[in-house]
Amino acid sequence: MTGAAGGGAAIETHHLRKEYGEKAAVADLTLQVEQGEVFGFLGPNGAGKTTAVKMLLGLTAPTAGTAQLLGRPLGDAAIRARIGFLPEHFRFHEWLQAAEFLDLHGQLFGLAAEKRAQRIPELLDLVGLTDAAGRRLSTFSKGMLQRVGLAQALLPEPDLVFLDEPTSGLDPLGRRLVRDIIHQLKAAGTTVFLNSHLLSEVEVTCDRVAFIKDGQVVRTASLGALVEGMTEVVLRVGRVTPELLDGLRRWSGDLRADGRNVTLTIDDEEVLPALARWVVDQGVGLYALAPQQLSLEELFVRVVEGQA
Amino acid sequence: MRLGIIAKLTVREAQRRRLLWVALGLGAAFIALFSVGFHFVHQEIITQHGMVSRAETQVFANFFLTAGLYVINFLSVMMAVLTSVGTLSGEISSHTIQSLAAKPIRRWEILLGKWVGYAGMLAAYMAGLSSGILLVVYLISGYAPENWLGTIGFLVLEGWVVLTVSILGGTFLSTIANGVLALMLYGIAFVGGWVEQIGSLMGSEAAINIGIITSLLLPSEALWRRAAYLMQPALIRSLPANPFGTASVPSPAMVVYAGLYVLALLGAALWIFARRDL
Repeated sequence: MTGAAGGGAAIETHHLRKEYGEKAAVADLTLQVEQGEVFGFLGPNGAGKTTAVKMLLGLTAPTAGTAQLLGRPLGDAAIRARIGFLPEHFRFHEWLQAAEFLDLHGQLFGLAAEKRAQRIPELLDLVGLTDAAGRRLSTFSKGMLQRVGLAQALLPEPDLVFLDEPTSGLDPLGRRLVRDIIHQLKAAGTTVFLNSHLLSEVEVTCDRVAFIKDGQVVRTASLGALVEGMTEVVLRVGRVTPELLDGLRRWSGDLRADGRNVTLTIDDEEVLPALARWVVDQGVGLYALAPQQLSLEELFVRVVEGQA
Repeated sequence: MRLGIIAKLTVREAQRRRLLWVALGLGAAFIALFSVGFHFVHQEIITQHGMVSRAETQVFANFFLTAGLYVINFLSVMMAVLTSVGTLSGEISSHTIQSLAAKPIRRWEILLGKWVGYAGMLAAYMAGLSSGILLVVYLISGYAPENWLGTIGFLVLEGWVVLTVSILGGTFLSTIANGVLALMLYGIAFVGGWVEQIGSLMGSEAAINIGIITSLLLPSEALWRRAAYLMQPALIRSLPANPFGTASVPSPAMVVYAGLYVLALLGAALWIFARRDL
């Protein structure tokens, strides 16, 4: 894993668009993923995540827009020797044995026989399938297929890896394994593009995330800043007046009133003292002010519902 | 060369799925059955008529041989369709193709690799079966037809024609629709060939033209008739009507057309496959 040659972004897209008939699966994808970062690509079903990955890998042609992977334009077949991919539908030639399957994909990556002989046992060991090396994939469970699929993605010691829902078929041990592998890849300087619904996985592995909705990136941010910065505050007041709610809207666009409670989301905890003073000054009585950090899942829901 | 990797994968798949072994086993059974049948019929003729002349042997052996090759001709078409019909459409619909196509391999290498794998297996199978019954006829009766090598070549080319139709269909149709397309086209060409034969005997220009048009649509039946004609001795050719008759013989130009047909369809398949979403 050597990193992208010549520096620059690992992935760079400009207004990438894909239409199927009149429907735009990806409306306007503009993003940049730096070398060596683990990038989470989040969005609800049908948001265009898999279509975006397929465009980047040359499986689907964009209707418009441009993109570069490791400094080379889309469609450059040679650069794919440095890119690993675990598809969402991990369907492979199931009549092959696990070791034969990895050998086939090693050949397609252009690895020499000696390199394949070294990498295949290493990777089978990494994904916990050493004992199943001689078994046909048709006898594998869903989780085992996903593990062997992950192994084929890592065969060439890639500079960039696309993992499309890499833990969807795995049990908790398998998920931990994938998490550890992602940490190892990051330590080795590999860029990881992680497309996942499992936000708990994203939370512990990603450096940055992008939220995609209706085929467009609606928010991109460093995960740490995003999770630490977004805070939900519950205010308990003596009485809720229209003037109070109007005034609170300058602190947050995301506001809900329920009885004597008002819940609002703020970007920065530093505003809390000023907010408390302002509420007290309104003369409505402040009985409690309870801030709590949002989980990525809550944040995800708010972003895709357009509340944050 | 990654094309070679895909070709080998195609052969290995046929082997692993036992397709190769079933085909070889049944092929051997076919040759054995043909040998026994031909042996007893040959014995019976000698018993009833004593020594037969060389010309009589030619007619009888050629008729039997043509019947055997006609079966092989049919098998060639069925093998070409049944083995390849889902190779692209099946892998596309199951998403198996994604992990291949995301590698540093060009789409044309995937498609041509598959074609080469199937075409090689088909050629070897057709050559093996045809040589088998040619050898049986020669060993039992001492008869070897003229142009037997060309006949095998035409049978192989016929298989490649149908294979290429199936590969092209697989780039844009579902597996079932592709199978129906290939077999229906063969059926149309088959019927068209008979219409042409009968039209030729009856002197119907319209019927002959229908046959020619269906041959242009799929030149499989035309190749078979050209192969049968080349192999038949003059005496059989002169018969006004027989089950394997060649009242209307496709010209050498039709053979050239069949070759160009394969190239054109393969080109179209490569063009469509390179552009389609996977």
